[in-house]
Amino acid sequence: MPFEGIGASVRRKEDVRFLSGRGNYTDDINRPGQLYAFIRRSDRPHAKINGIDTVAAAKAPGVVAVYTGADMAADNIGGLPCGWQIHNKDGSPMAEPPHPVIAVGKVRHVGDPVVVVVAETKQAAKDAAELVVIDYQDLPGVASLRDAIAPGAALVHDDVPGNICYDWHIGDKVVVDAAFAGAAKVVKLDLTNNRLIPNAMEPRAAVGEFDGHSGDYTLYTTSQNPHVIRLLMGAFVLHIPENKLRVVAPDVGGGFGSKIYHYAEEAIVTWAAGKLRRPVKWTAERNESFMSDAHGRDHDSTAEMALDASGNFLALRISTLANMGGYLSTFAPCIPTYLYATLLAGVYKTPVIYCEVKAVFTNTVPVDAYRGAGRPEAAFLLERLVDACAYDTKMDRVAIRRQNFIPSDAFPYQTPVALQYDSGNYQATLDACLEAADYAGFEARRSAAAAKGKLRGIGVSTYLEACGIAPSAVVGSLGARAGLYEVANIKVHPTGSVTVYTGTHSHGQGHETTLAQLVCEQLGVPLGQVDVVHGDTGKIPFGMGTYGSRSLAVGGTAMVKAMDKIIAKGKKIAAHLMEASVDDIEFKDNKFTVAGTDKEKSLTDISLAAYVPHNYPIEELEPGLDETAFYDPKNFTFPGGCHIAEVEIDKDTGIVEVVNFVAVDDVGRVINPMIVEGQVQGGVAQGIGQALLEHAVYDDSGQLLSGSMMDYTMPRADDLPNITVGTEITLCTHNPLGVKGCGEVGAIGSPPAIINALVDALKGYGVRHIEMPATPQKLWAIIQGGTPRMAAE
Amino acid sequence: MPQVALTVNGKQHTVEVENRTLLVELLREKLGLTGTHVGCDTSQCGACVVHVDGVSAKSCTMLALQADGTSVLTIEGLAAADGTLHPMQEMFREHHALQCGFCTPGMVMSAIDLVNSHPQGMTEKQIREGLEGNLCRCTGYHNIVKAIAAAWPLMHGKAAAAE
Repeated sequence: MPFEGIGASVRRKEDVRFLSGRGNYTDDINRPGQLYAFIRRSDRPHAKINGIDTVAAAKAPGVVAVYTGADMAADNIGGLPCGWQIHNKDGSPMAEPPHPVIAVGKVRHVGDPVVVVVAETKQAAKDAAELVVIDYQDLPGVASLRDAIAPGAALVHDDVPGNICYDWHIGDKVVVDAAFAGAAKVVKLDLTNNRLIPNAMEPRAAVGEFDGHSGDYTLYTTSQNPHVIRLLMGAFVLHIPENKLRVVAPDVGGGFGSKIYHYAEEAIVTWAAGKLRRPVKWTAERNESFMSDAHGRDHDSTAEMALDASGNFLALRISTLANMGGYLSTFAPCIPTYLYATLLAGVYKTPVIYCEVKAVFTNTVPVDAYRGAGRPEAAFLLERLVDACAYDTKMDRVAIRRQNFIPSDAFPYQTPVALQYDSGNYQATLDACLEAADYAGFEARRSAAAAKGKLRGIGVSTYLEACGIAPSAVVGSLGARAGLYEVANIKVHPTGSVTVYTGTHSHGQGHETTLAQLVCEQLGVPLGQVDVVHGDTGKIPFGMGTYGSRSLAVGGTAMVKAMDKIIAKGKKIAAHLMEASVDDIEFKDNKFTVAGTDKEKSLTDISLAAYVPHNYPIEELEPGLDETAFYDPKNFTFPGGCHIAEVEIDKDTGIVEVVNFVAVDDVGRVINPMIVEGQVQGGVAQGIGQALLEHAVYDDSGQLLSGSMMDYTMPRADDLPNITVGTEITLCTHNPLGVKGCGEVGAIGSPPAIINALVDALKGYGVRHIEMPATPQKLWAIIQGGTPRMAAE
Repeated sequence: MPQVALTVNGKQHTVEVENRTLLVELLREKLGLTGTHVGCDTSQCGACVVHVDGVSAKSCTMLALQADGTSVLTIEGLAAADGTLHPMQEMFREHHALQCGFCTPGMVMSAIDLVNSHPQGMTEKQIREGLEGNLCRCTGYHNIVKAIAAAWPLMHGKAAAAE
């Protein structure tokens, strides 16, 4: 048997299905008698709804029903809940205005659902939706953070003064201010983290079904966490008990965070299916993805570093405005707080840190986690600020990092912003990356490029992130309304094949392969005999889903614990069959042996005996070889590393070519190197997209200007370089696999590497900072002598 | 309603459609061939690419009626009858050129046409430019480019790697 366990780059089990057109995505599912829902959405950023005339639409051919927010209110349908409560500086809870499934009285962003038309065909529903007359009274809108907090700004929610959702802080301001007062040098940088639109390639979709005989509901949906959707929608929105509601998330075509949240459409199709006693399907058109999928990032920050005369970091002080959009999405409040501010120590031993965050409502699509979720914002701010420190103090960019790194012998390391890092070696990832990128040889390449009329630059980012969300008690104390453990149920079948039921969800990560490799490793079962089942509340005991690079660290550990139980029970059965003491039974390579003898039983012998026994200690041991385990992590995991970007700017056009990109990451133990490399490359592509191309643009009133793939620049094959990936491993110390997580490191480490490289390329032009996306137009203006937004302080 | 007669994956079909029915709707909804995907509404993403008379076409940008009398090949028709994968499918698997799988059918169909139309060989730049019409959000394209370069000699029956 070829080696298929931990460390093998086995080819993915799911690929033949996907490559043959046999994937089963939500829009591929059609149920007998199915109807189609089309949602008429607000085309206004902010308006009062004076009336809705649905008479003509209701009479249109093929139309079965037309629903408004009033119909939902009449059925006592609840609003969409928020899963995280942040408290203000003064201890009071955040503002948490209602989030109706279908707008009631007022629309608060372009894309807000206003009317639902259900018809026999998709086209009939869409045609009829055009016949609905909505009497809007436009209100002034606010889109940008600065406009929303300006005195006298229009209020997104009448009862939320100043549009402030919360005003939160972390760290000791008095101590930090004192450190600044005594500092030899203070470096200040204002910066924006540009708003992004996730754009998973599969648009969201949902099919609701009601069984009139049993009274059971089924929802098929494009979700990263079906159990969470069942809990939120069942308990808070539709009031359906969980024994009557099954949520299935089949193959899902990418998520990147955007498919974590409980969305209006899931509740709409489930509710309508119950009312109409027929299945109801909704599939987003891409323009709906742009105006209804939760967006990402959108921060405005002021960052200051206090340094001593030798360039040692003394204190960090941050003030951030974070855009929440028109309503609170499921996890929105925790992103700019506990997934952002707690990461501001980064890889540095800065002794004291203070960060305050104001979360702000605007007339834009709700903002929530997008690949990296808070950590990219922290990494961009910190790695840009460190480069600004080098710039202002005329120190070397690499030397100032090394000097301030947390040393490799300082772990476990307690940061001043709550987290305790368990392991890491930042010198090692930096050294390996400098070597792989031939950093030492760069100046010769800069000169060669200059001879061709190109401006060449190199940028370094040494980032850190936190994964494996989350220790339930810790996040509970921070405002999470649910614990975030994980579950695995592992069945060894009578003839020795294995099914893994995991509460995590794969939407591109390759869990069907990676998780099966854990079974190969621990139970010695060949990969071909292991199936991984995910995404169905009808099959899996429970689970919190996949996000925050948690699937291996939390879900994988639950599997290890379940397999430990299987081995422990197998030993008891083996001891009985081989007439030995349990203490003398050993398990290795799929075999139970009696120590010091040649007696052995395979796992299959044991599983057969466990299910269909002739000779079994049934009084002492229940039959079956089927174990469930839960794992609540002890701490977060802390992947980190170094990314180096090398860029060339065409002086005449401002067009950037990323000529080299190297990532050396510490993701803990690697289960499948091929998959890890692919995850990092994909993350880096999204990070380069953020740095150079992507930007969700609103006009001042809240009209979405980048509302299609013709307006929003998605990275294409010829925008991106080859991406060299390396790893330098330190093991996580608090989970048995030693894994940390690799899904988001690419998107977290890469944006500052790109911008640092561009600033380096343009150092002859007096540029200290460039806002993302660094478009050709922006760079061309700098080269032409235009004033960059942030001149040197 | 008008009728359209076409061959899909070697099989004759005569289907009633509306004038406005798109080829992708015919494939997915009338013939149940859900391997071809719809990822956008502006002809940008290429998830819907199929071959019409041997040439790649975005099936979301073509009316079903325009396909009357043509022979259409979709991702479902690519592997041999015994399940042997097309070299492009095999190289996508070998080089981990897919993650979520949603863009994959269109990506594979585009890639085959790209390789077919470059019998003299392809540079990496040509491959990247040739993929302009297909979006992937998962892979960063790195492994897709590698897979296409590896499929070229297999498809053109040459042992040497693409130049």
